[in-house]
Amino acid sequence: MNLENGIQTAIFYILSALIVGSAFMVVSLKNIFHSALFLVLCFFSIAGIYILLSAEFVAAVQVLIYVGAITVLLIFAIMLTAQLYSPSIRQSNEQVIPGLIIVGTLLIVTLSVLRRTSWRISTQGIEGQTIVSIGKFLLTTYILPFEVVSLVLIAALIGAIIIARKE
Amino acid sequence: MTLYHFLSLSALLFCIGIFGVLTRRNAIGILMAIELLFNAVNINFVAFARFINPQGLTGQIFTIFVITVAAAEAAVGLALIILIYRQHKGVEVDKINIMKW
Repeated sequence: MNLENGIQTAIFYILSALIVGSAFMVVSLKNIFHSALFLVLCFFSIAGIYILLSAEFVAAVQVLIYVGAITVLLIFAIMLTAQLYSPSIRQSNEQVIPGLIIVGTLLIVTLSVLRRTSWRISTQGIEGQTIVSIGKFLLTTYILPFEVVSLVLIAALIGAIIIARKE
Repeated sequence: MTLYHFLSLSALLFCIGIFGVLTRRNAIGILMAIELLFNAVNINFVAFARFINPQGLTGQIFTIFVITVAAAEAAVGLALIILIYRQHKGVEVDKINIMKW
């Protein structure tokens, strides 16, 4: 049990380092195509974090939607806006120093609030496969949000086609 | 491995995303930073589902809704970017100011 905990902690720190490092690359690299590739690495590591939190269905959805669909869409957009990913174009504006100050303040405040809050940690763990109970919840308790979000998705996709099509 | 570890990781990822939104000039770069923000929120939701309400799984179900809305947002956002690129030959957000008085 103790060894298992140690392995879990080690995996958590490795995945965290991957996530934070690749996310930093995403926001700071000059070549935006390389940023998109680091985004893929970041999404994969986050799927690993979900598995560590025993949310295997969410991890699968993360790989399918984020790694599969959204990144491909982003790379398509980068390719279609052709000369923009040449490294000669300046990619960041002149707000780097104020941005760093704001983000540092936000991080310090958030971490101190997190440390002081006393969460009501449940002693139970997640038992069995989550995918069964997620399916049951989606078709009973959350049936209305489920249908509404599917309408939102179809409306957004039709809207995207109409916006992007040539006159 | 406590809840605090996961929430700290998520806070760090959120701050990196905010930095990207504030400093990128390319609209596609801003969209990528927004995806980082969504992922930070999702890590929070899944961690809450694991540590606070493991029977209800509310956090995981909300994560699925967030991912769906993120897919819709990416589709509409990239369609807008391609349209803007066709009209302006560029997607730098500091050059797109046609709606400014």
